[in-house]
Amino acid sequence: MHVEVTGLNKRFGEFQAVSSVSFSIAKGQLIGLLGPSGGGKTSILRMLAGLETPDSGDIVFHGQRVNDLPPQERGIGFVFQNYALFKHMTVEGNIAFGLEVKKWSKAKIKERVAELVELTGLSGFEKRYPHQLSGGQRQRVAFARALAPEPQLLLLDEPFAAIDAKIRHELRSWLREMIDRLGITSIFVTHDQDEAIEVADEIMIISKGVLEQKGSPWEIYKDPKTPFVASFIGESTIVENIASLKGFQEAANWPGTKALIRPEYIEIGKENEFTLLSATEIGQVSHIHFRGSEWLVEIQIGDTKLVTYRSLEKDVLKVGDEVHVLVHRAYLYNEQNNWVMENALKADLLSVYI
Amino acid sequence: MTIRRLWIGLTFVLFGLLLGIPVVRIAIGAFDGGWSGFIDGVGRPEALHALMMTGMIVVIVTVINTIFGVMLALYLVRANWLGTQLKRLLNSIVDLPFAVSPIIGGLMIVLLLGPDAALGALLNKAGIDIVYALPGMVLATLFVTFPLIIREVMPVLQEIGASQEEAAHMLGAYPWTTFWRVTWPSIQWSVVYGVVLTVARTLGEFGAVLVVSGNILFKTQTATTLVYQDVENFNVTAANSVALVLAACSVGLLLFMEWVKSRKEN
Repeated sequence: MHVEVTGLNKRFGEFQAVSSVSFSIAKGQLIGLLGPSGGGKTSILRMLAGLETPDSGDIVFHGQRVNDLPPQERGIGFVFQNYALFKHMTVEGNIAFGLEVKKWSKAKIKERVAELVELTGLSGFEKRYPHQLSGGQRQRVAFARALAPEPQLLLLDEPFAAIDAKIRHELRSWLREMIDRLGITSIFVTHDQDEAIEVADEIMIISKGVLEQKGSPWEIYKDPKTPFVASFIGESTIVENIASLKGFQEAANWPGTKALIRPEYIEIGKENEFTLLSATEIGQVSHIHFRGSEWLVEIQIGDTKLVTYRSLEKDVLKVGDEVHVLVHRAYLYNEQNNWVMENALKADLLSVYI
Repeated sequence: MTIRRLWIGLTFVLFGLLLGIPVVRIAIGAFDGGWSGFIDGVGRPEALHALMMTGMIVVIVTVINTIFGVMLALYLVRANWLGTQLKRLLNSIVDLPFAVSPIIGGLMIVLLLGPDAALGALLNKAGIDIVYALPGMVLATLFVTFPLIIREVMPVLQEIGASQEEAAHMLGAYPWTTFWRVTWPSIQWSVVYGVVLTVARTLGEFGAVLVVSGNILFKTQTATTLVYQDVENFNVTAANSVALVLAACSVGLLLFMEWVKSRKEN
């Protein structure tokens, strides 16, 4: 289903939950609504579903405005945060509910339920009640129940929030696979950026009720359109005085400009590890943390503190060591503007060498 | 350990004194004149009429209170369109009968709908008697039992939350289907429990009914007001007989209540 939303607003009392949100979603895409808790993601989802009425704005499915359509008639599957399974019904009963309500024939219901039980790997659990299932199984029942009436659009509200970390990983790839197979347009809400980056075709970053940016995970990472997106996606440190770093002196032309530098934009090492020594700063290791698969190193250059990773294969650094630091690029922003700046010395020197 | 036993013992003694002995005393009193005395007491035409009146009030009040109690509980918990302030107001009004003495409740009905009041006179002209007739007694009992079902159902509705109902809506179920297939199975035992409480309270209601009914023999006399009148007339055996019937109903309800409670918890 093609989804088109324009100028969506929602206010709860004094609190502006959603303000002027517009977007469109192509058929068959899996979209992640990502943002901090309480940012309005769930409100947007509930308005799409018809469970909440927008104060203003249009919601259009397939070219038809659905604002005044009750949730029963929108043809949407909804997976709730805590699954909201009917606790007095068995797995079968839960999946069949939507079909019984729509007055399908007994034989067709049986067939469809069997199909979904098979699809979601719940064979053997048909007669169980929700309280006899694990979190992951409940999630799959909720998914099967939402899919049973063959909806055009699937909405998932924090689908993995209540599941422990290890199974969450499995379920994520299972869900991705399932949605690919069915080709159903899906939107899911999450506050976990790894989840959104891993699963979604496109991410919409939402904060304080505003849609900050919409794009593929790679676009959003590479080219954040607002300082909020830049700081929310990935890890980063904010550098107040970016012009003091080698290669970024040009930033002094825009007073009041700050920079956001990701750990992966920074390289550190001993003298012999760099070919462009002149582009490096000299800093001191102030802290090191073991991160399981790499070192997280904090470096002090004058007043500026930077954070970066270091491979376990390289020489182990100690606190107090002097290291060379190469900052490849920085994300600069001020009140009017924001842009990515590459290390100027690095580019210049490269051309000289060639 | 001994102190705990002492307390438990004391509790039993207290309950025995307050509940056990009076019931036994009523039973003995009822059979003062043997079986025939009891049968005479209960089988008197005025006793049969009074028991019938009580029975009718129980049925009418229970039906009305169940329907409106469940409805109001649903509105108070689920209806967002009511607004927080209005909901809070309604919520405290629900508790009013707990705070107001039943006699005052009855008096309010007499003052509002009695023959001397404007509204009562109007209805009287139309041939509808409220006060000193069955409708008034039903109203008075409704007032007294009003909170019982609501207060049983509301916490359950709050606990289960709206998400199962919303899930049903998303699957295409309209409110009526949603109520019967999703909400009702969760609240049914609380409703039954509330109904039992309502029946018990209605059976035993005295004050409000006495004021509203006028206690007219063969017309508006109920089982409790008959017991009161028998005692006044020193007709002790008859009073005990009717009281024993009421007590037996209460014990039956109490046992039923225990059973419902065990279902409710599952």
